Amino acid sequence: MKQPPEPDHLPYKIVIGLEVHVQLATRTKLFCRCNTQFGAPPNTQTCPVCIGLPGALPVMNDEAFRLSLQTALALNCQIPPSTKWDRKQYYYPDLPKGYQISQYDLPLSHDGFLEIHDSQQRFESKRVRIRRAHLEEDAGKSIHDERSGTADSRIDLNRTGTPLLEIVSEPDMSSALEARTFLDELKLVLVYQGVSDCNMQEGSLRVDANINLHIRDRETWIPTPIVEVKNMNSFRAVERALEFEADRQFDVWQETGQRLGDAPKQTRGWDDQAEVTRPQRGKEESSDYRYFPDPDLVPVNVSPQQLDQIRRQLGPIPAVLREQLQTQWGLGAYDADVLVNQGPRLVQYFTQLAEACGDAKEASNWVQQDVMRRLKEQQTEIDAFPVSAATLAELIRMKQAGQLDRSRAREVFQHMCDHLQSPQQAMTALGIQQVDTAELSALCRSLLDKNPAIVADVKAGKQQAIGSLVGQAKKQNPNVNPAQVKEICLQLIAEMS
Amino acid sequence: MSLTRQDVEKVALLARLRLAPSEVDTMTRQLSQIVDYVQLLSELNTDDVQPLAHAIEVTNVFAADQPLDSLSREEALSNAPHTDDEYYLVPPVLGS
Ligand SMILES: [Zn+2]
Repeated sequence: MKQPPEPDHLPYKIVIGLEVHVQLATRTKLFCRCNTQFGAPPNTQTCPVCIGLPGALPVMNDEAFRLSLQTALALNCQIPPSTKWDRKQYYYPDLPKGYQISQYDLPLSHDGFLEIHDSQQRFESKRVRIRRAHLEEDAGKSIHDERSGTADSRIDLNRTGTPLLEIVSEPDMSSALEARTFLDELKLVLVYQGVSDCNMQEGSLRVDANINLHIRDRETWIPTPIVEVKNMNSFRAVERALEFEADRQFDVWQETGQRLGDAPKQTRGWDDQAEVTRPQRGKEESSDYRYFPDPDLVPVNVSPQQLDQIRRQLGPIPAVLREQLQTQWGLGAYDADVLVNQGPRLVQYFTQLAEACGDAKEASNWVQQDVMRRLKEQQTEIDAFPVSAATLAELIRMKQAGQLDRSRAREVFQHMCDHLQSPQQAMTALGIQQVDTAELSALCRSLLDKNPAIVADVKAGKQQAIGSLVGQAKKQNPNVNPAQVKEICLQLIAEMS
Repeated sequence: MSLTRQDVEKVALLARLRLAPSEVDTMTRQLSQIVDYVQLLSELNTDDVQPLAHAIEVTNVFAADQPLDSLSREEALSNAPHTDDEYYLVPPVLGS
């Protein structure tokens, strides 16, 4: 990864703001009761409301509104007591009404923030301000076959009217990495709240970025014209597009010296193959959207009681959870980060495991090293994981009791996953028997009798000499626990003197 | 007159209407009359009046998030000038 240079040595600062559109996880659309299920055959999920037939009336989806408030609260936003919807007018074939129902001057939330940090400390932790989050309807999909050149575009209106939350940040990010981190953290918040599936491939989460430079000019900074970058299909693409764009803008500055205001805001699209941004034709200037209040929809008032209720039902906040894993479970910052980034259900698995086995550090190791590796190999989610937290805790307790060492416990774990067995069943299947203490003592005693030289070494203070006895014990009986052998031998030697 | 020919030409462009020069003249005159008429409202003193978001005093109208039947594709596409029986067909959309 490209290491950002020290800001003090750069002749400019990068200024980035993000606009994120998130499809909310409702069953039906924002203003009609058509299904929102992704992947249905084209134009089978539409009705007079969402294809804009005359006389149809929109009615607000209560769940979409609730999910919006929930997200806004999770993003520390202010919720005004009253909000309304407006028409944003423009002509485009995937917008059948000729206007989008959106929110203009009275959005349902404003002035929140999201903290970002980097566990590798490539930038200082900061609070990115959220300017607003508002609820609007999605447009349909245009499909244009590039190969056929002038052939007609095809329009699928299934997506038209799907609820979208538009989240707008302030321009508080000063590198592509910060922007990427903001997106990762925002996605995590949304996933923890369960308000969206955030699937970028299916278009549930879309990102536009505004970026310009502030050029150092002795004691002041000169802002350059703002560019909006679109068409980024992954967070990685956002990062790369912004890195490219900052370099490009500096070149343009050196060539033209254009400042903010000298040129209109430009829209550019990211070409993922060529790894460049290219100018796009803007639809219309924003002043031409001619917003006005939608007469079909009445305002919505939000009571403090309603907000309290949503606040009580709020899902865990990733930043809070990281803190809890450190303070309540004694994990390090790095471990807490890894677990929380895996999502709420893996964290739940961890806490159940830690509670059941009574050792959070051990539980964290098992989850990160064994459970997560297994999930990755099998490309599954923790919900589908064959070994429950309670069953894994049983295995960990057997290891803690000295019945198994780490490597044997791992073998047992593999077998439990592969064959859906309990630790006992897996051990039997693997031929691992528990060696009882009497048997183990007898074995140790015979080894000491056969190795007087080692006994003498240990007596002389060379404890590591015992290692050779452990090796011999394992050869005689692969089921013995090395730690136990060592302990018993040392004890027997101590008793001799 | 409150509107200029340029205003009308801009609005026509935004509405994707192609007006002949004589039509622009007519529209400028007629739209101006409408705007002037609405302008009457500004004679009222509204200094002490709170702005309203809506003309009727109803708020919080919601529907439950329960799917109902959509139109069949045949019905949905039946008003479109061009379709391929799956999609609406429109002149090529470029630059997206
Ligand atoms: Zn519909």
